[in-house]
Amino acid sequence: MNELITSTAAQLAAKLSAKEVSSEEVTQAHLDRIGDVDGQVHAFLHVNTEEALTVAREVDAIRAAGGEDAAGLHPMAGVPIAIKDLIVTVGQPTTAGSRILEGWMSPYDATVIKKIRAAKLPILGKTNLDEFAMGSSTEHSAFGPTRNPWDLDRIPGGSGGGSAAAVAAFEAPLALGTDTGGSIRQPGAVTGTVGVKPTYGAVSRYGAIAMASSLDQIGPVSRSVLDAALLQELVGGHDPFDSTSLTDSFDTLAAAARSGSVEGLRIGIVKELGGEGFQPGVEARFRDAVELLRGAGAQIVEVSCPNFKYALGAYYLIMPSEVSSNLAKFDGVRYGLRVLPQDGPLTIERVMGATRAAGFGAEAKRRIILGTYALSAGYYDAYYGSAQKVRTLIQRDFDAAFAQADLLISPTAPTTAFKLGEKLDDPLAMYLNDVATIPANLAGVPGLSLPGGLADEDGLPVGIQLLAPAREDARLYRVGAALESLLEAQWGGPLLAKAPVLGTEKTGGVK
Amino acid sequence: MADATLTFDEAMEQFDPVLGFEVHVELNTKTKMFSSAPNAFGDDPNTNVNEVDLGLPGVLPVVNKAAVESSIKIGLALNCEIAESCRFARKNYFYPDTPKNFQTSQYDEPIAHDGWIDIELEDGEVFRVEIERAHMEEDAGKLTHLGGAAGRIQGAEYSLVDYNRAGVPLVEIVTKPIVGAGRRAPELARAYVAAIREIVKNLGVSDARMERGNVRCDANVSLMPKGATKFGIRSETKNVNSLRSVEHAVRFEIQRHAAVLAAGAKVTQETRHWHEDTRTTTAGRPKSDADDYRYFPEPDLVPIHASREWVESLRAQLPEPPAERRKRLKTAWGYSDPEFRDVVNAGVMDAIEETISAGASAAAARKWWMGEIVGRAKVADVDPAELGVSAAAIVELNGLVEGGKLNNKMAGQVLDGVIAGEGTPTQVMEARGLVLVSDDGPLLEAIDAALAAQPDVADKIRAGKVQAVGAIVGGVMKATRGQADAGRVKELILERLGVSA
Amino acid sequence: MAEITRDDVAHLAQLARIEMSPEELDRMAGELAHIVDAVKSVSEAAGPDVPATSHPIALSNVFREDTVGHVLTPAEALSGAPDAEEHRFRVPAILDEE
Repeated sequence: MNELITSTAAQLAAKLSAKEVSSEEVTQAHLDRIGDVDGQVHAFLHVNTEEALTVAREVDAIRAAGGEDAAGLHPMAGVPIAIKDLIVTVGQPTTAGSRILEGWMSPYDATVIKKIRAAKLPILGKTNLDEFAMGSSTEHSAFGPTRNPWDLDRIPGGSGGGSAAAVAAFEAPLALGTDTGGSIRQPGAVTGTVGVKPTYGAVSRYGAIAMASSLDQIGPVSRSVLDAALLQELVGGHDPFDSTSLTDSFDTLAAAARSGSVEGLRIGIVKELGGEGFQPGVEARFRDAVELLRGAGAQIVEVSCPNFKYALGAYYLIMPSEVSSNLAKFDGVRYGLRVLPQDGPLTIERVMGATRAAGFGAEAKRRIILGTYALSAGYYDAYYGSAQKVRTLIQRDFDAAFAQADLLISPTAPTTAFKLGEKLDDPLAMYLNDVATIPANLAGVPGLSLPGGLADEDGLPVGIQLLAPAREDARLYRVGAALESLLEAQWGGPLLAKAPVLGTEKTGGVK
Repeated sequence: MADATLTFDEAMEQFDPVLGFEVHVELNTKTKMFSSAPNAFGDDPNTNVNEVDLGLPGVLPVVNKAAVESSIKIGLALNCEIAESCRFARKNYFYPDTPKNFQTSQYDEPIAHDGWIDIELEDGEVFRVEIERAHMEEDAGKLTHLGGAAGRIQGAEYSLVDYNRAGVPLVEIVTKPIVGAGRRAPELARAYVAAIREIVKNLGVSDARMERGNVRCDANVSLMPKGATKFGIRSETKNVNSLRSVEHAVRFEIQRHAAVLAAGAKVTQETRHWHEDTRTTTAGRPKSDADDYRYFPEPDLVPIHASREWVESLRAQLPEPPAERRKRLKTAWGYSDPEFRDVVNAGVMDAIEETISAGASAAAARKWWMGEIVGRAKVADVDPAELGVSAAAIVELNGLVEGGKLNNKMAGQVLDGVIAGEGTPTQVMEARGLVLVSDDGPLLEAIDAALAAQPDVADKIRAGKVQAVGAIVGGVMKATRGQADAGRVKELILERLGVSA
Repeated sequence: MAEITRDDVAHLAQLARIEMSPEELDRMAGELAHIVDAVKSVSEAAGPDVPATSHPIALSNVFREDTVGHVLTPAEALSGAPDAEEHRFRVPAILDEE
């Protein structure tokens, strides 16, 4: 039994500040766990052992010395964290899961990394992802897939499968992810963890390698709703380096999670986010969750968002369009891979073409070409222009829905974790994983996924998604925490306690 | 192969030119358009860059407020409407001087649009040029081509990229088609670019030094048969970066187009490259599908709403417009119409103003610039300002002459030394040993020698033909290698001969 | 089904600077046509009166003061460069003249 790795971040923070454990012990326990299970899970692309331990020892020394410096420590100081390898970090490679950036070291830190360093959280390493966060299974990583700790033959979701699997496999209590169409929430759903996409602009994007700028958002990955709230508070807030960063304050999130109640709230079931394409076991757990909320005093209403049916189409036009432009910078001139053409004249045009051909995987190429098509002369109005209008319609749907309900609820993903390779050759089937998560990105509203139990047919985790109006992230945490405690009361503990045992006895005493 | 051309006169007999200009103005903000790295010229390569300018993974742009305000000022000075709402767009194309492989620019919503300026030609004729738009964008890095001939891109084996200039704020000013200039089109082209340069310099928003690329011009030229109204196919001559080049490039393109059309052929729509050495253009890239820039709104930047209060507060800060300034200066300096026009046409008004404020009289400033420097610039085939004579140097030189330390001939030699970079006038004077001989001793020796050499002339003077003194003065000047004060020499000769002037 | 030919994809690949083999072009043409079919319904979703949304949360006038901030050292700037010379990034010959 190793409580150091099964504890939540909030519990670890409390133990650390009470000096019951040292950060070095906590950090070392997680590094040991990574050493023990990551050969199977492959959540990490890089493990940052020395720096993590250095930071941990520094926190321990400050605490031991006491005085003002100790009092000034961030409450989460010493709690280790894993970082999706789309977020740039000085001193560790950042690959975005792509050959084109293999070995690249950023000379600057992302804003969220600066905040994590200032709060002195030891960074355990960088987690695996679909190349440039493009995918729903982490199979599109150039460095091999991550496996789902619930079933190593299954996908951990994507693009942030590494962060979700790391947290689910107790390799890290916390992780950062990025969510463009569901890349935090869908991996959360299929690994039985918590993932939040904050309101667009609530967390700085500076230093998160852009996939689709108007959709991307950094957010927390954790094993409890409170932990996610604590992490969003830590990394969030206004950043003058991000022009789309909000100036609103988001400092009541943890308090909201701690207060957790649903009494008197109107919770809307989105008619369009269910039914066809949704696995029966997913729908069953979803209905159970709704009934629990009703039983706890919430008023359940049904709302309709008729334009959600266009969301996937709009997303698969806007996202690749922005991708085609954002990924243009990877050309072999300033950093990263350079590949020379096999034959023919050596010109920079041909070097760029050969570099991008060799450096990008199939899905990245597919999206770049699709985006180039959608933006090209003669097609812009029909495709990109129309998609931007659909975005308006989806925002209007949300406005109407939030006039009837304080919060919306749906399954996070239509299915539980599928088998590795199952959808790899069918891009459209893969894209359908994001059908319930995409509307929030298009409209900028916050969304939270938390474990809703196991599907009857396969015993795999199901995710419940909560959606709140823009800037109302606190509402997600309040209701999310309430639902979490209702569910855990039923299960007699966290859902992850039901996960199969991984690793050796040294670190694997999870049950 | 050289392109065929008609003479300018032949071209003008058959065709009417239509012009259009895209002038890029580099703003002189302290920092770049979208990053806080310094906007500075001439520093070591890749020292004025941060992660944003290099387009490193993960970076985001933030708009420089001063650049927006400078852009609004330019729009106002060009009598444009300032858009209540405008935004940035991405112009996507791959080129190694463009770090993100897209340029952040403005597309369908420029900050300023629909303006005009009146351009006065040398003889006072005024053309109104309509401004289509002025929009904000960022400059690219600088490429140096190596391994081929003379730094040209053609034949180079490789290129080196310095991103110091990447992200420098630019305002691109685009005219509507300019018709009706006729044979004055080349002059108008020059005068238009000169006017833009003058306006942005006067606003203080750009250093406006064309030799540094602060103001760069792309000139569009097309011809239509005399009397026609449908525009012909145009060519776009890129990066014509001096006033004289603009004039010559437009003239060349008119003559080239005329030859193509007169031969019954079609002008190719393409970019052209200007060659200062041969004063010709050569074909660049034809317009093609490859020009599909896939513009879309920049998602990393938010729209700019220019409130009327903001615009009016900027309007209130605008300096006196150049045309009004010219009227004022002419009166203040007391120059005649032709004198002042010559000053303006020679492009030395600012220089004269600087010289006057450095302490010279209006008359002296004009004498030096118009009488000495402009002529030397013509000989050297450069703009007068490019000779590098500072206002302080002129004041110093003028003081040396007025103080009797130099005569005019010697002053000219000193000026040559200053232009040659030999130092300040006093330094040049000393280094070249140019000392005005006003000490009577050596002069009297030379006078006696000259009188002895020309006794008949001496007799004439003694007899009262005072005007004959010039021959003796000449002899003295020759003997002193020009370093004598001619006035004093004359006095001494007359004194020597006992004749009163 | 959407008409996307191999030549169309070749043109797009050229615009996107990705070298593609004939087999890749063919495969991509087929996949692209499928995806376009699946997403093209968006063009019927909204009428001309619906405004476009480019940013999920509407902000305006986000500016930076014109104050010089940090720069990278040339060594940092060039640290990732595949090839460099004299503190500049070195690239092979450029054919095009823009």
